[in-house]
Amino acid sequence: MTWSENAKVTAKLLTLAVSMLVFAIFVMPPLYDAFCEITGLNGKTGTKYEAVPAAVDRERLVTVQFVASNNENMPWAFRPSVVSVKVHPGEAMDTVFLADNPTGKLMVGQAIPSVVPFKAAQYFHKTECFCFNQQTLAAGESAELPLRFIIDPDLPASVNTITLSYTLFDVTERVSVNREFDNNNTGSEREG
Amino acid sequence: MAHGPQPGLSRWLYTTNHKDIGTMYLWFSFAMFLLGGCMALVIRAELFEPGLQIVQPEFFNQMTTMHGLIMVFGAVMPAFVGLANWMIPMMIGAPDMALPRMNNWSFWILPFAFAMLVSTLFMDGGAPNFGWTFYAPLSTEYAPPSVTFFIFAIHIMGASSIMGAINIIATILNMRAPGMTLMKMPLFVWTWLITAYLLIAVMPVLAGVVTMMLMDIHFGTSFFSAAGGGDPVLFQHVFWFFGHPEVYIMILPAFGIVSAIIPTFARKPLFGYSSMVYATASIAFLSFIVWAHHMFTVGMPIAGELFFMYATMLIAVPTGVKVFNWVTTMFRGSMTFETPMLFAVAFVILFTIGGFSGLMLSIAPADFQYHDTYFVVAHFHYVLVPGAIFSITAAVYYWLPKWTGNMYNETMGKVHFWLSFIGLNVTFFPMHFVGLAGMPRRIPDYALQFADFNQIASVGAFLFGASQLVFLFNVIRTIQGGKKATDEVWENPEGLEWTVASPAPYHTFSTPPAVR
Repeated sequence: MTWSENAKVTAKLLTLAVSMLVFAIFVMPPLYDAFCEITGLNGKTGTKYEAVPAAVDRERLVTVQFVASNNENMPWAFRPSVVSVKVHPGEAMDTVFLADNPTGKLMVGQAIPSVVPFKAAQYFHKTECFCFNQQTLAAGESAELPLRFIIDPDLPASVNTITLSYTLFDVTERVSVNREFDNNNTGSEREG
Repeated sequence: MAHGPQPGLSRWLYTTNHKDIGTMYLWFSFAMFLLGGCMALVIRAELFEPGLQIVQPEFFNQMTTMHGLIMVFGAVMPAFVGLANWMIPMMIGAPDMALPRMNNWSFWILPFAFAMLVSTLFMDGGAPNFGWTFYAPLSTEYAPPSVTFFIFAIHIMGASSIMGAINIIATILNMRAPGMTLMKMPLFVWTWLITAYLLIAVMPVLAGVVTMMLMDIHFGTSFFSAAGGGDPVLFQHVFWFFGHPEVYIMILPAFGIVSAIIPTFARKPLFGYSSMVYATASIAFLSFIVWAHHMFTVGMPIAGELFFMYATMLIAVPTGVKVFNWVTTMFRGSMTFETPMLFAVAFVILFTIGGFSGLMLSIAPADFQYHDTYFVVAHFHYVLVPGAIFSITAAVYYWLPKWTGNMYNETMGKVHFWLSFIGLNVTFFPMHFVGLAGMPRRIPDYALQFADFNQIASVGAFLFGASQLVFLFNVIRTIQGGKKATDEVWENPEGLEWTVASPAPYHTFSTPPAVR
């Protein structure tokens, strides 16, 4: 019942409280990201994939559907050039998405991909994707946004159709003015 | 005693006395209970009929949000801390709390936190309107400007709770009278010890999640913003990692109160004391691994759904142990039904109903139907109103004669009980039916087929609200005077608090009592 005993308990408990705060802010988000990456949970696909030579599975055809949508208040016209392709696992496939900035001002967009079913997310490899960068379009400008992907031959047999969906966000305000004009189309490398 | 309380207002401002601070916590919590209750009545008045009559949808959303926040953080939690302040030192034979100045501070920052929170109602853009669970991006990108005040109010409330919890743990670990071993402590002390650990573990997580919101809103980070590579679902995981232990923070001390009251009025010792302790600890442990049962519909892998489903169902086992222990304590006891006992028995029955609807919600495939409907509203009000609120009310009736030295008016107490009991069931039972029929929660208008049950619920809500004024009146009359209470108050109750005079002197156990 001495002061030092109370001080000891208080110090221990305060340490616990502070470490839980650190846990919440600095551990839980990266942990969640890592968990999602391993499990494919939340449909996020991985970063840029370095293609490795692999046998193309000619026996199997997987349908890949493309969906493009705009987040609230994003005025760009944004759509896939084809809505669906059939592809053999292991085979690289190219397609483009079309974006058009109909407004009278320069804008920056960021596409966020998502794959369903979730269990296919980790087998969907993108070797090239416009979603790795922010897209800058001047007033009235339009662009073809390239995508090159490979379906991993290890894709579970139960998956016959994969839907790749992009949501386009207006990030003009997020991007600092300098970067916006200096590096056209080469915004920061990011997970996509 | 060496000295009594200071005269005037400075007694309350500068006090380090656990009884004064406990009293302030209880009055503060009652004021918040009335304020949050008035907001609930605005909600129920609007829902009396389909269509919009009284308030606009924007204000309705502010009411549901503020009602939840004020009841959870302003009414229930401070009431339990107040009871802990009053009773724990007297139950373990300690002269005061271990850290009395921090005790003063942890109370006095609360009114400022709530002044800040309530002031948002008068700001441009209105008060927080995103529900008490404040899911991102509703609470970040689409939030009213007042959200920053909300965030800092939560920070202050969290600091207050953490300090209160540290104080309670230090008191229980260091200040027990000689001979008061851990397994001799009253269950209220045990449940509060475990609750305090839960508070210290999860209130910082709440502080963390609102801090991340603050960063997203003002400093350009993207914890919860998909546009910047974040994920709104992360918010839900972090929030419910706090939120699920939080619901046990609001119920474990209630278990302790009921475990004190039932033996007194059944005139039998509590059945299965040690199993009660272990059950409480098990519930506390399980509360950390079930959080995602609040988010079955976000799109989880089947393995996740199954894990969280079974882990949640597992909680029914220790909770069942407790319910059976209370029932067994009453079994063949010489029971009388004074007001505290009425509230305690109603607690056991109605909390069990809420527990059963919780079991229904824990079934992942079925939850897709119940999710975000009035069935959920019925469920958590059945565990919180007869759970937390009834137990706090029971505790006040049970210990009020010890605090004031006067007996409360038993007839008025019974009137309060029956009006509350009827009002509560009339309010919340029909919500099960409209919820199963598909009425979503947090909406100001609804389809015609829900009208009848909503009218019944609204009538019940006003009855329940009005009956709390009987309680207020009874408590004030008891403080002013009335029949003198004996030192024991009840017939042969167990516990050190009954060995001191009624009213309890300003300083008790300045010399430690002998514990057998």
